[in-house]
Amino acid sequence: MIEARNICKSFGGSMVLDDVSVTFERGKTNLIIGASGSGKTVLMKCLVGLFKIEQGKILYDERIFSAMPSSELKELRREIGMLFQGGALFDSMTVEQNVIFPLSMFTRLSLSDRRDRANFCLQRVNLENVNHMYPAVLSGGMKKRVAIARAISMNPKYLFCDEPNSGLDPQTANVIDRLISEITQEYQMTTVVNTHDMNSVLEIGDKVAFIYKAKLWWEGNKEEILESDNPELKEFVFATELTRRLKQ
Amino acid sequence: MYWLRELGQYLLLVKEIFKKPENQKIYLRQITFEMDKLGLESLGIVAIISVFMGAVLCIQMAFNITHPLIPAYTIGLSVRESVVLEFSPTIISLILAGKVGSRIASEIGTMRVTEQIDALEIMGINPATFLIFPKIAAMVLINPVLIVFSMFLAIGGGWAAGVATGLVSSNTYIYGIQSFFIPFNIFYALIKTVVFAFLIASISGYHGFMTRGGALEVGTASTRGVVYSSIMIIFFNLILTQLLLT
Ligand SMILES: Nc1ncnc2c1ncn2[C@@H]1O[C@H](COP(=O)(O)OP(=O)(O)OP(=O)(O)O)[C@@H](O)[C@H]1O
Ligand SMILES: [Mg+2]
Repeated sequence: MIEARNICKSFGGSMVLDDVSVTFERGKTNLIIGASGSGKTVLMKCLVGLFKIEQGKILYDERIFSAMPSSELKELRREIGMLFQGGALFDSMTVEQNVIFPLSMFTRLSLSDRRDRANFCLQRVNLENVNHMYPAVLSGGMKKRVAIARAISMNPKYLFCDEPNSGLDPQTANVIDRLISEITQEYQMTTVVNTHDMNSVLEIGDKVAFIYKAKLWWEGNKEEILESDNPELKEFVFATELTRRLKQ
Repeated sequence: MYWLRELGQYLLLVKEIFKKPENQKIYLRQITFEMDKLGLESLGIVAIISVFMGAVLCIQMAFNITHPLIPAYTIGLSVRESVVLEFSPTIISLILAGKVGSRIASEIGTMRVTEQIDALEIMGINPATFLIFPKIAAMVLINPVLIVFSMFLAIGGGWAAGVATGLVSSNTYIYGIQSFFIPFNIFYALIKTVVFAFLIASISGYHGFMTRGGALEVGTASTRGVVYSSIMIIFFNLILTQLLLT
């Protein structure tokens, strides 16, 4: 379980997160939704410590993350897997090397075991025959999938995905959503996913947090979201023809 | 007090770079990889510049030493001294600051703006150590080799130019490069080289690491890496010369 308590973050005087308190539960896929530029990425980066919060507290299963000394932080980070919005693959390494990298760094597995693990992760994201390619020659969606494979290679306890399926076709997007939801239940991970895709919300949203005007505007799950009468949330949810028809 | 803050940040980063590595085996592999990328790939340019500069030095010496009381072997002697004391360690290091420094700063800068450095950090790896330490270690180990190589080629280039133009005979030149040899000068040159190697890798690494923004800023970081490394080389050249030779 990850808890954010009253966190604030601003950039050059403009508040991006204003007193946000939210809990992400273990074994559930927790979604953060909101318009583009609403602060989803900033919230996620605060949660993993890439941005320093100005106020408040962050707890990982009762451990106070926001006040941890750097040695403990390093230990905890081995339990974290993160998919960046832009992929952030190491472009000096091949696909396979990217996925193997955390394993080589922190485990004593033999090379063949590490390879097996990497191939297993790559298969789970439907990637085959790309092991020896460099990220520069992959399509946007393929990069994303490699990045997901890398994020899950160490079997993390906490998984963060920043827009895992943006730039993917609906079918692959769905495969990725299901994968994230499946491994979350299978390994009882605490998973946090940023998205603005209503398909994902309705598919895997065990818990949904809506960010609006730097605040946590609404909280609920995929069933409740269609029934809510919060006007800003309704505007967000029913922005497309598809969801409007669904409502009818 | 802008530069004081920069200096402070630089020193903090250097402290970070020398933290204990997470996995020694991988670091060793990185070091050999960087030795190849940053050292061996510079052999060509070092060779060309050294031979030609040696040749020019020899011809200039021959034209300047025309007084009948100065023996002709002084040409070889003074080529050797200029090459060992200043040309190879300082000028070649400046060339490498341009070639290697821009490479380091843009590589690390690109990793910063594409969030690869954040990705390392999330994995529980210290990015400063992982990215910059192998580069410093590689350069400190390989640059002395490059510089000694450059010394031989420059002195050889001087010989070739002197003999080919008939300004000095082969025997006289060789006699010149062997006379009044002070072994300490080689030591002085190598100390300079090691310090310069450290400066190039750490300063350009610092500018890459501190990049914020996008492609434009990577370009700026690369330029700053080269400019600041060069200035610091010149500055430390003066200090080390004062300390070691007087
Ligand atoms: N490093 C930064 N420096 C200054 N401002 C920033 C920084 N990072 C984000 N911001 C600002 O914070 C706000 C929220 O950005 P964020 O990236 O979190 O949006 P988002 O919800 O992830 O959007 P998207 O769905 O498009 O990815 C934006 O207005 C952005 O300009
Ligand atoms: Mg974002």
